[in-house]
Amino acid sequence: MDDLYREVIIEHYKNPSYRGHLDPHDISFADNNPLCGDHIQIDLRVDKDGKVTEARFDGHGCAISQASADLLLESIIGKSLDEVKALNKQHILDLLGIDLGPVRLKCALLSLKVLKAGVYGLGEASDQLVE
Amino acid sequence: MLIMSFNVQRIRKDFPILDREVRPGVKVVYLDSTATSQKPESVIEAMNAFYRRSNANIHRGVHTLAEEATAMYEQARVKIAKFINAPSAHQIIYTRNTTESINLVAYTWARANLKSSDLIILTEMEHHSNLVPWQMLAAERGVRLEFIPVTDDGLLDLDVYRSLLSQNPKLVSFAHMSNVLGTINPAAEMIRLAHEAGALTILDAAQSVPHLKVDVQKLDVDFMAFSAHKMCGPTGIGALYGKTALLEAMPPFLGGGDMIKEVKLRSFRPTTIPSKFEAGTPAIAESVGFGAAVDYLSSIGMEEISAHEHEMIEYALERLEEIPGLKIFGPTADKKGGVASFTFDGIHPHDVAQILDRDGIAVRAGHHCAQPLHEKLGIPATTRASFYLYSTKEEVNALVNGIYKVKRVFG
Repeated sequence: MDDLYREVIIEHYKNPSYRGHLDPHDISFADNNPLCGDHIQIDLRVDKDGKVTEARFDGHGCAISQASADLLLESIIGKSLDEVKALNKQHILDLLGIDLGPVRLKCALLSLKVLKAGVYGLGEASDQLVE
Repeated sequence: MLIMSFNVQRIRKDFPILDREVRPGVKVVYLDSTATSQKPESVIEAMNAFYRRSNANIHRGVHTLAEEATAMYEQARVKIAKFINAPSAHQIIYTRNTTESINLVAYTWARANLKSSDLIILTEMEHHSNLVPWQMLAAERGVRLEFIPVTDDGLLDLDVYRSLLSQNPKLVSFAHMSNVLGTINPAAEMIRLAHEAGALTILDAAQSVPHLKVDVQKLDVDFMAFSAHKMCGPTGIGALYGKTALLEAMPPFLGGGDMIKEVKLRSFRPTTIPSKFEAGTPAIAESVGFGAAVDYLSSIGMEEISAHEHEMIEYALERLEEIPGLKIFGPTADKKGGVASFTFDGIHPHDVAQILDRDGIAVRAGHHCAQPLHEKLGIPATTRASFYLYSTKEEVNALVNGIYKVKRVFG
């Protein structure tokens, strides 16, 4: 079995726990990976203390981008927005448990970029957000 | 004349990289020539020899090395001109690539000749390199863009083209061969119709010149753009062909050294073509490699190369179509070059490509710089396998076996 397609990744890709939308939501943001057309939208609900209570993503893309979105949302439930802002590339690599080349890294980081752009209230998800 | 029969195994020996193992025991199966071709020993050696023996800046130097380098730079231009049957070598402008060739026309001819609401006809199957320069012009000048639609079978809708031509277009710019669908468009006919309507034509020949015999005089095309790296040559150099009268009337592109006749503190006079469009020190070693690539392709024969690729795509389509859940985009083999873009069973092309890579199979995944075309097809991305003179049926078989492995991973 290929490292890149570890069971955990295939499992989260095929049976994501956090796929969907939240309506109403407190934060919502969507963006594309221009290299491959992957698309991810993330909706969050946040309580009065600024902690993430619910999270959903929707979109289309490769197993890496979709599985990392599912793993990422799972990892932020109960976290404060400040903690979310502090997440970076390493967090995603730890969740996936694999090493990625520069091209696939972009797939893996798309959900984190979208999440952070939403939390910061930015107009665009940029690479700088996850470095 | 002795005609050597086409022998793919002998050709493969000319390309050192095809022996490469991408990891121990796994040889590369290179099916990504539409993105860039591999380079034969003769091209690599020509550039190597240039740097080892002849390197100097061109023009103006009178020393031996400068004379030699200048001669090599210009000899390559002559070879490239002959390769596409250009009437003269000064009609070949060196650029960085196809993209820059198209931009050159957009920034010089188009900005000097087009005004608000003038019509440019493009097609829905264009690479971004033949879309964005015109969108930039449209934003700046208010020119109008119209698009020849792509039909369900991956061809251009020539009836719509004819009706667009009745709207007095100034320019028709289109791909000779689609980098996604592989469609070979009827360029001669389309150019004739454009001329009848009073429009000039640009042919994006990035995918055709490497694979087909292309004759600019037979086509009667006004401008043609292509890149060395897709035709066994190096990256960093391409060419723009243009009709002499047009090139001479065009304002210069980039300003700087080499493109001038005379410079005063506050003014300059541009020199003649082709130098007028070649400001600054150009890609000299790359021009030598470009010339060597043209020599190499000519030594094999473009008809023979086309015939081999046709055999490859016929076989590839036949084998790929057997795979349940696999959908190929584009026309039937008789109307296309060696490009097979497909979707497979709802599995993302990145995942397909990644799993194929385990067996050393190099394919491309994404929208291949043709996002509007993918939107038209209703898909975000495709996996693309493409073939060249060194591709074999064994490689097609490896691809097919690899796709079945993808199925097993995602099962």
